[in-house]
Formats: sequence, C-alpha cells, structure tokens
Amino acid sequence: MTNILIVVVVILLVATLVQILRVSELLSEIKNKDVNEVTDKDNNTQGILFLIVGFGFLIFVVWQMVTWNHLLLPPASSVHGTQIDFLMKISMGLILVVFFVLSPILFYFLYKYRGKKSNKAYFFSHNNKLEVLWTVIPTIILTALIIFGLKTWDKAMNVELTESTTIIEVYGQQFNWTARYSGLDNNLGKANFKLVKGRNTLGVDMLDANAADDKMAREVHLVIDQPVLLKFRSQDVIHSAFLPHFRVQMNCVPGMTTQFGFTPTKTTAQMKESEGEDFEYILLCNKICGASHYNMQLKFIVETQEEYDLWLASQENLETKLLTQK
Amino acid sequence: MSEHHKENFITKYVFTQDHKMIAKQFLITGMFMAVVGMLMSAIFRVQLANPGESSILYNLLPGAWLNDSGGLNPDKYLALVTMHGTILVFWVLTAGLSGTFANFLIPLQIGARDMASGFLNMLSYWFFFIATVVLLSSLFVETGPASGGWTIYPPLSALPQAIPGSGTGMTLWLISITLFVVGSLLGGLNYIVTILNLRTIGMTMQRLPLTVWALLITAILGVLSFPVLLSCGLLLIFDRSFGTSFYLSDIIIGGEALHNEGGSPILFEHLFWFLGHPEVYIILLPALGIVSEVIAVNSRKPIFGYKAMVGALLLIAFLSFIVWGHHMFMTGMNPFLGSVFTFTTLLIAIPSAVKVFNYLATLWRGNIRFTPAMLFAIGTVSAFITGGLTGIILGDSALDINVHDTYFVVGHFHIVMGLSAIYGMFAGVYHWFPKMYGRMMNKNLGYLHFWGTFICAYGVFFPMHFLGLAGLPRRYYSNSAFPMFDGLSDINELITFFALAGAIFQVFFLFNFFYSIFKGTKATQNPWKSNTLEWTTPVERIHGNWPGELPVVTRWAYDYSKPGADEDFILQTEPLKEGEIEH
Repeated sequence: MTNILIVVVVILLVATLVQILRVSELLSEIKNKDVNEVTDKDNNTQGILFLIVGFGFLIFVVWQMVTWNHLLLPPASSVHGTQIDFLMKISMGLILVVFFVLSPILFYFLYKYRGKKSNKAYFFSHNNKLEVLWTVIPTIILTALIIFGLKTWDKAMNVELTESTTIIEVYGQQFNWTARYSGLDNNLGKANFKLVKGRNTLGVDMLDANAADDKMAREVHLVIDQPVLLKFRSQDVIHSAFLPHFRVQMNCVPGMTTQFGFTPTKTTAQMKESEGEDFEYILLCNKICGASHYNMQLKFIVETQEEYDLWLASQENLETKLLTQK
Repeated sequence: MSEHHKENFITKYVFTQDHKMIAKQFLITGMFMAVVGMLMSAIFRVQLANPGESSILYNLLPGAWLNDSGGLNPDKYLALVTMHGTILVFWVLTAGLSGTFANFLIPLQIGARDMASGFLNMLSYWFFFIATVVLLSSLFVETGPASGGWTIYPPLSALPQAIPGSGTGMTLWLISITLFVVGSLLGGLNYIVTILNLRTIGMTMQRLPLTVWALLITAILGVLSFPVLLSCGLLLIFDRSFGTSFYLSDIIIGGEALHNEGGSPILFEHLFWFLGHPEVYIILLPALGIVSEVIAVNSRKPIFGYKAMVGALLLIAFLSFIVWGHHMFMTGMNPFLGSVFTFTTLLIAIPSAVKVFNYLATLWRGNIRFTPAMLFAIGTVSAFITGGLTGIILGDSALDINVHDTYFVVGHFHIVMGLSAIYGMFAGVYHWFPKMYGRMMNKNLGYLHFWGTFICAYGVFFPMHFLGLAGLPRRYYSNSAFPMFDGLSDINELITFFALAGAIFQVFFLFNFFYSIFKGTKATQNPWKSNTLEWTTPVERIHGNWPGELPVVTRWAYDYSKPGADEDFILQTEPLKEGEIEH
C-alpha cells in the first residue's frame, strides 16, 4: 500500500513540475523573452551565490575540523608511528594551505568576473613565464615531500631484527584472528595449510623442533618499548591486519607470509588514562573478506615486562596443547 | 555521402550507425545505470545510518536480501557496494561519459561525416547493451550478484564458499565485463582512427579543441589497458571454472583444503590495477576535456595555455601507466617497489596543478556567463582541487599505511574522480543538449540541480575524510562492533542525510532532461556563441552532419574576445583577416 502511495505522490509531483515549467515558459513568451537565456541578472545572482556557498563550504570545512577533532585517532603509540604523524602534519598542513588559497581564488574570480552584456573579456591565451613558474613551484614542493615521505617509509618498513625482537604470528581466517607466539627460542615452527586439523587450527608442523614451545593466543600481549615483528598468514581470502593506533597495516594473503615490525611506546593502561576507561588497542580487518568483515577483531594489550611475563607463563605450549591432551 | 539515407524506426533508433544517435544510446543507458547505482548507494547509506534496521527504501530490494526483521543482510550490503562501484566506474563514468561524448563530439568537432566505421560503432554500443543486461540480470540470481568489491580480488571472488555472491553472480559479472571490454575496445579503436584520419581540411592537431584531445588520449589509454583487464578476468574464470591456480594457493575454505598451490592473489592485483589506475584517468580526462571547452566558451576567453593543457593531459596519461602499485602499498610487496610507486604517483600532482592553475587563469578577467553547464564545469574544478590534494596524502606510501582502505580513500576518490567526472558529464549534457535534441534544457531547473548537487555532494564526501582519520575501514556493514567508532554515528547520519537529499535533486535533472527532449524551447544554431564546428551544423539532426561540403578550418577553437573582432567569438571556419596572427 505504501508503495502505491509513493508512486502516486511521485506522479503528482512530476505533473506539478510540468505545469510550473509550462506556465513560466508561457509567461516569458508573452513578455517576448527567451526563458533560457542567461541574463546579466542571472550572472549576478550566480556569481554572488558562488561567493556565499563557496565560502560557506570553507566554513563548513573549518567547522568539521574543530567539531570532529576529538574523534580522530590519538597520537601514535609506536616509534615509527610518531614519524608518520609528523609527516602527516606537514603534508596535511601543506594541502590545507593550498586548499584554503585556491578555493577562495576560484570563488572570488567567479564573483569578480561575473559577466555583463556590455563587458568584454581580456584576450589572454598564454604566458610562458607564469606557466613555468607554476610548474616549477609544485615540482620543488613535491620533490621535498617525496624525499621526506620515502625516508619515513624506508624507516617504517625495513625493520632490523634484534635479539630483543619478539616474533608473533597473526593468522586471519573468516572471521577471526589467532596469534601464535614463537616461545623461548623466538622461532616460529613451520606451518602448512595441509596440516590444519582438529585443534591444530594454524596447521603448525609439530615435527619441527621450533614448534614445540610455540603458544597460541586469542589476544596479543606486547611489552612496552620492546620491538615486535608480526608475521601474517591467511587461511582463506585476503584479510588486512590494521592496527590504527600503532600506524600499522599489512595484508594477510593466502599462500604467502607478510610482515610488519614496530615498537609500542604506550601501555594500554597509559592510554586508558588519556583516552578514557574503555580504550583498547585493537586489530581490525581492513580488506573486504566476506559477510562478517565488519566484525573481525583481535585485542592487543601493551603492558610492562612483568605483566607480560606473567601472562605468557599462563599460556599453554603448543606441544602440551596438541600432543598430550589428546 | 551527403544524400539522406532512408531511415525506418529500427535503423534510426535501434540499430543505428549514426554517431549522434549512438551517443544518445550511450547517454540514456548510462543515465539509467546511474539511477540504479545511485539508488544502491542510497540504500546502503540508510543501512550505515541505521544499522540493521528496516527502511522503506528496502522495498526496492529482493526479499531474500533482508533478514526476518526487515534489515539488510551483511553479505547483501557488500553486494550493493560492489554493484554500486562496478556500475558507477564502468557503466556510468566510462561508457556513459566517454561513450556519449566521444561518439557525439569527435565527428562533429573535427569536421567528419561520421565515425571511421559506423558498423563497429554500432557493435560497440550493442556489446555494451548486452553487458548491461547481463550485469543487471545478476541482481536477480538466487545467491545474489558479485559481492567481493568492484575490484573483485580473489580468492574472495573465486570461491562461492567465501561469499554467496561469488557463485553465479560473479560468473555473470565476469561475462558482463568481458562483453563490456569488447565493446569499449571497438569504440576506442574507432575514436582513435577517426581523430587521426578524418579531420577536415585545416583541422591540424594544434587546432583540435581540448575535448577531442582528451577523448583521443582517453581512447588510447583504454585500448592499452582494457585488454589487461580482459586477460586478468580470463585467468580468474580459469581459476573459478577449470581448476587452475593462477591466483589461488594454500586455501582452506568451508573446512576443506583446496588443491590449489603456487598461485598468487598479488598477481591478480598487479594485473587488475594495471588497468585500474589508467581507468581512473579514462574516467577523468573526458570530463576535463569537456570542462576546458565549457569554461572557455562561457568565460568568453581562450583556454589559458592550450599547449600546456595538452602537455599536461599527455603527461598524466603517461604517468597513469606507472603508478598502479600505489593501490598495493599494503599487500606486502617489496618496500622498494612502494618507494618507486610513491615517486611516480606524487609526480602526477605536477601536471594536475598546472591544469588547475590554467583553469583559474582562464576565469581571470573573463566575462563569465553562468549557464548550467558552466556551473557544473566550475564544480569539476572545485572538486578537482579539493579531491586532488588528498591524493598527496594517499600517494605517499608512509602515510598510506594508516589511511589505506579507510573512509579517507572513499572521500578522496569520490570527490576527485566521482564528482569531477560526473560534474563534467552534467556540464557536457547541459552544454550539448541543444545540439543533441535541437531544444534547450530549462535554465532555472539546471541552477537548482547544480546548487542542490554541489552542496549535498560536499556534505556527503567531505566528512568521510574524518571517518578515515578516525580509523574507520571502508566496506563495513556497520561500525557498531567496535567501541572506538561509537562517536562516529553522528557523522554517518549527516552523510546519509546529504546523500538522500542529493539523490532527490537528481530528480530535477532527470525531469528537465526528458521534459526538454519533447517540450523544451527550440534551440538556435549556435546558442552559446561557440567557435567549434559542431555549431555550424543545422539544428535538425541529419545523417552526415553537414548538408553541403565539409567545413574548412582556418583557426584554433579558442578565439574568444579577440581584439579587433566585432563579436566576442569567431567560428573556426572564419578565415584569418589580413595581417591577423593565429592566437
């Protein structure tokens, strides 16, 4: 019934519009004017509208920046993340300056040079000096940005493994994550998808000596200021492990291993103090992976060495878990 | 060749070989698909504002897409997102935009009777039409249409166990896109040959209007990149149906280990984006071409820096082939490759900046006439500035780490590619409507349409940047699963409000368009006082474009307000006066 009503309303609206248009066209015919000709008055109105709406848009942008600032991610909780944030500030500042210069120029020109029948435009087809100038300036600015960006990228991506780097595997599947700690030897045991069976949900090769002390976990604990290398695998489709607070993201691709290394700099407890009691570090899926893509999370907890040791000791070795508990 | 062919209904309106009629076929099909795609976005915007709740708009959907309480199913949300992307990228902004204006403008603006091959041109449309039918039919299959995102990354798109839409729906998607590519290749080859060979006497490459330059470069991009999409899709068809392992390896799905080993989904991404990035410019360049023309005509000034504009188009087109990796910074490809792609990507900002500065210089000291087409052309420039700038963030691999695949990206590409291109398309329709249908579109409805669209579109897409900076990933059915996103629901509601309002304003356009075809006031031969050749043809459509001899071109397309001339425009066919220098 509602559908029929909607259709009726739409038809009536269209009919009304037709009538309004016809009336306006008949009226202008009587006045012997072309209804569709752009008059000086139109140019005036539209020029002023561009000034008002254009600057209204700029105010809207500023309003958003002020009102929604508190919703944005807090400063990075990782070493490389802080550098990314710095680069972001520079780049964002730069594009905002360009935006707030070019947009007003556009809207002002539209107002200033709104046409009049009696006016004539200035014939100005090219100017080599100007053109060279506005090719060279962006080139210089972009070169600087590129160099700065590449340096930051290089630092973020090429992590060196040190003695203290903890290696943790993050394994994605529709629609959850599992973590695997590499244990005392800090070496992950080999894994193969053909070995996934029963409780061995990650397909770990238990014949590999490195595997015995691996530990599986449903949340990831990290030690503050200790580097960590995350190794990613996927069981089925592409997922993407996204840790927005650490400025970390990497796709998890079936058939290959990817990785991302970083050093957390703030504990969860510290973050709770500054961001509110319900703050948690979280890993989300950021590559479309199926119906429950929107709810695929893994909790991360950054804590002190003592807390971490306590937690890790309470986790079962894979060997105990898979082989003895049969 | 100028004799009038006998035409019946079928040869005039259906299997026509007249480029002007084929252009209208592309336009109407594109508009129909735009409405479908827009309704889809309205529906998923409603879901995002009121997650899980039912809505009156859902009556448009098949019942099986909804759960018992009338809410949208999560996998069907993804189906809507996927189809919205596919339709808008390929059907509206590729075929609808290029198909319409390349067909319509190329012969008219270069002074040719028709395309080099009218028959291939007709085939091009009908391949596109069949592709459309196949794509739409996929909406009605039991398991739903393709749902793995318009980028159809395998393994998700290869395995029906992973998402229902990857069953029959995905098969139809692949068939449809194959037909689409065949159609667009036939069209593209035709455009290139026509522009290179059928220019009238005096129409040198340096005298071509920028629209034709843009359409030529677009066609070259398409011919070079679409075959790669075709092969990319063919390999996916093999993986799906014939048990090959190009893209699949080490997969357990539905509790079953698949036999595939050794393939790589990353290979797919490389092939896909080798098309995918030039595709962005296949969408954008025709719009920039249209905008260059419309801005020059309505500023009553020559386009500033014609040669730089052509150079910038060529440079953008060249660079577009070596930047595809910026879509893949986070795939785990070698970080060094990421560096290379960052470098090439940020270079694109240079020719883009030149274009913006040249548009501004064209407006400077103009005598601007605000036709509806001009308003939309300005909208393109504004969107190109606003959306282009955020590309500097996304193209920088280090910054991309934290905004990749978030709403920041959604905001960016909807403004720089979506809005710029669709505004360009609107500008083209308003500008050349008198040439297409011999009647004028209503000016005041055009104004209303522009302001409603302009305001609502920024209301929709600008706030998305903030969602992205808050860390919100795209393609989420709902963001209620994460407490960290709780504060974002107000923004989502605001966006949905603007989206629905913006959709309503499109009704004014559709109404204006169809009303004016039949009832619009009669157009004169050259209503905008333009220089280009299409305005020397008679108002009534004839096959062959010019009743007598083909026009002879003696000057470039941009002699507006030239000192010494009586009027503020000089047709391209007007011979140079004694002592007059060509611009």
